Amino acid sequence: MSQNPDLLSVRGLQVEFRSPGGSMLAVKGVSFDISKGETVALVGESGSGKSVTALSVLQLLPYPMAHHPAGSIRFRDTELIRAEEKVLREVRGNRIAMIFQEPMTSLNPLHSIERQINETLFLHKGLSRAAARARTLELLRLVGLPDPEKRLTAYPHELSGGQRQRVMIAMALANEPDLLIADEPTTALDVTIQAQILELLKDLQRRFGMALLLITHDLGVVRKMADRVCVMNKGEIVEQATVADLFVRPKHPYTQKLLSAEPRGNPLAPPENAAEVMAADQLKVHFPIKKGLLRRTVDHVRAVDGVSVSVRQGHTVGVVGESGSGKTTLGLALLRLHASEGAIRFDGTDIQGWQAKRLRPLRRQMQVVFQDPYGSLSPRLSVGQIIGEGLGIHGIGDQKERDALVAKALEEVGLEPGSRHRYPHEFSGGQRQRIAIARALVLKPKFVVLDEPTSALDMSVQAQIVDLLRDIQARHNLAYLFISHDLRVVRALSSHVMVMKDGKVVEQGPTQRIFEEPREAYTRALLAAALNLEAVRSSEVRT
Amino acid sequence: MALSPITRRRLANFRANRRGFWSFWIFLVLFVVSLGAEFVANDKPLLIRYDNALYWPVFNAYPETTFGGEFETETDYRDPFVRGLIEEKGWMVWAPIPYSYRTINYNLPVPAPAPPSADNWLGTDDQGRDVVARLIYGFRISVLFGLVLTAFSSVIGVMAGAVQGYFGGLTDLLFQRFIEIWQGLPTLFLLIILASVVTPTFWWLLGLLLLFSWTALVHVVRAEFLRARNLDYVRAAKALGATDTTIMVRHVLPNAMVATLTFMPFILNGSITTLTALDFLGFGLPPGSPSLGELLAQGKANLQAPWLGLTAFFVLAIMLSLLIFIGEAVRDAFDPRKTIAQMSTATPGEPAAAAARKEAAE
Repeated sequence: MSQNPDLLSVRGLQVEFRSPGGSMLAVKGVSFDISKGETVALVGESGSGKSVTALSVLQLLPYPMAHHPAGSIRFRDTELIRAEEKVLREVRGNRIAMIFQEPMTSLNPLHSIERQINETLFLHKGLSRAAARARTLELLRLVGLPDPEKRLTAYPHELSGGQRQRVMIAMALANEPDLLIADEPTTALDVTIQAQILELLKDLQRRFGMALLLITHDLGVVRKMADRVCVMNKGEIVEQATVADLFVRPKHPYTQKLLSAEPRGNPLAPPENAAEVMAADQLKVHFPIKKGLLRRTVDHVRAVDGVSVSVRQGHTVGVVGESGSGKTTLGLALLRLHASEGAIRFDGTDIQGWQAKRLRPLRRQMQVVFQDPYGSLSPRLSVGQIIGEGLGIHGIGDQKERDALVAKALEEVGLEPGSRHRYPHEFSGGQRQRIAIARALVLKPKFVVLDEPTSALDMSVQAQIVDLLRDIQARHNLAYLFISHDLRVVRALSSHVMVMKDGKVVEQGPTQRIFEEPREAYTRALLAAALNLEAVRSSEVRT
Repeated sequence: MALSPITRRRLANFRANRRGFWSFWIFLVLFVVSLGAEFVANDKPLLIRYDNALYWPVFNAYPETTFGGEFETETDYRDPFVRGLIEEKGWMVWAPIPYSYRTINYNLPVPAPAPPSADNWLGTDDQGRDVVARLIYGFRISVLFGLVLTAFSSVIGVMAGAVQGYFGGLTDLLFQRFIEIWQGLPTLFLLIILASVVTPTFWWLLGLLLLFSWTALVHVVRAEFLRARNLDYVRAAKALGATDTTIMVRHVLPNAMVATLTFMPFILNGSITTLTALDFLGFGLPPGSPSLGELLAQGKANLQAPWLGLTAFFVLAIMLSLLIFIGEAVRDAFDPRKTIAQMSTATPGEPAAAAARKEAAE
């Protein structure tokens, strides 16, 4: 496969999880090699066994509940499976380091940055306190953390997500490992920061000649970073190829499916002069910051700061921006689920300040679909009850008619009508999102806020949901406010785009114009980061 | 109604805690037996056949004249003369223990309190009343009192906690401060003072204790509602136009019930203990009522008759332990981390394993 002597060689690896209900084979005979300085990507959707494979390299699975019925993992000349704890400790964090997806939970919240990094230095190198501090500073500079001297005493919560991930990387690099395992290193980060972190990883890898095992579900990241790709599906590697080969000539049907799963298609083209369904003028949502003994309001967090928006029938307005830009708050404020100031016109009537009772009849005409399909469905109600709840509240039909409406709504979102007697936990993420869409649809709304409806889903499912949403919009002439950080999905669905930053609208206009000739520097940086994974050095972008 | 998988899992977890499961059944049997205390320990016969007619003295009061006696008052079936009259023309079926909680045994061979004998299995108290009979009635009143108090304080506590947690803000702030002050009151002294103002009956005591016991659940329920009110499915329900009451009852309360049910056996324990303490101090149920606290007090006053103190101690200890064991099993049943009961052999890495299983299962 490669001329260099292999650094890591995994052969026929199996991982089985034992439970009283029976055992389950999560990884079914996986083989791959990593040579020195090479980047290998493990790609797959959730549940494909890619993280389990990565964790078994360092033997970090919950043994003895997990075990390896067969296979070997050789690092240089050392067999790691069932190796003694002493051998493993020598390897972990020293020769092989790992960084995780969620930088907040991977750092100990009670230890300062210095202490966290020093720990590995003390453990593996036996450095003195002063030497460790010098080395820590050097590492923090290496990973590009601004003001490293000041950050030494900082605690994880004082850093931003990107900065935390940089600290994680510094910890992993502390002992100059031969192999770095990165488990979805950028999934939890904003796009502009994702681009920076990827660039950093690449740069460090060049400098140290490290090998990198990258676990990701994002083909864009793979294309940018990897030399070789292993595509995993249901615990097996279905295809191994170089990046160049894989993207041009995918052989396995699953790879082809994965590659074609990018959200495609174009937004509908409804008439420009369609009736305005939802509009807001100078909408503001401010949270007071209270200080001092008397809790006086000293300032406000301006979550939404003077945003004007207008959504017409059959149109989709895409709201893009990074986390904390106020896009979700805007959506909730429009639906009057969040207190706000400024006019909100629904169907030409200003509904700002209406009492809940007066608003209730309008509620059926404006609906919302949330990001997390696991959190947005009541776990104790059956699917039929969940979808039918709105019908009951608005007194639509009798029991029989409601049942029929629920069945029809389920059919419309591509689910079996018979599934209304089952409970949410029996469904996959994509199916749950369909249920959430059915709940909104069954009331025949005019306006739907879609709050990142595809972000928690696998790539291939995302594309299906986007198609479904477009389909429904065409059929019912719905107005959408589509909130997302994923610009590709926005492009596939929205006719208009609004770019938000820190509660303000940076730029807005027709989708095509924004994507092709962005006027503002921030929009350009966002587009470059999201679509090409390029880090842009600009004052507009945070670190 | 079919059991949902989650209910089935909980039942399995409850059963898997063998100690709690058996405690539950033992307690249930004891409780059911004590509910029928009148049929187990009574100074009236259960059934009389007299002159080809059937009589049920447990349910009806018959004057002595019915059986050919002389008085118009209710028959004293323990009177040898009356007994002779009835047995002449029929027969009587007695309860296993022929004493009620207030029956005084005048045939004691020694001065009261009499030690255990074939007649009085656990002896008598200092007024010559049978200890077993008093125990059965006392157990019943303790448990019933505890159950009613627990039910009432749970309902009030859940409602108060729900309102605080759901509406938050100023409502929550004021309510919380009020509860803090209320809980700071020296409960036992207040109860003693109040109990000396009114004549304590079962319901008076219940009301007085309720004044202070409802705060027990407020904190857990409030926390649960605070957490849940920002969940997406609660937002979704708001977007559907559901009223606050609907959301609270239908969407949030089921979450809070887990915490509530987990706490309940322990609140029940606390209630029983408080009643016993009041009875022991003499500020509880009216004099003459069968009560475990009163038996304890007698044991303290009559150290020469150790069966009194020992009996009360063992009954209380066993009853409270059973309830604690049941409480532990209930807690296990509702513990979401105990996905599968037999997982108790697991290593400390259990959450990671659960996460891995979840990922692998998807």
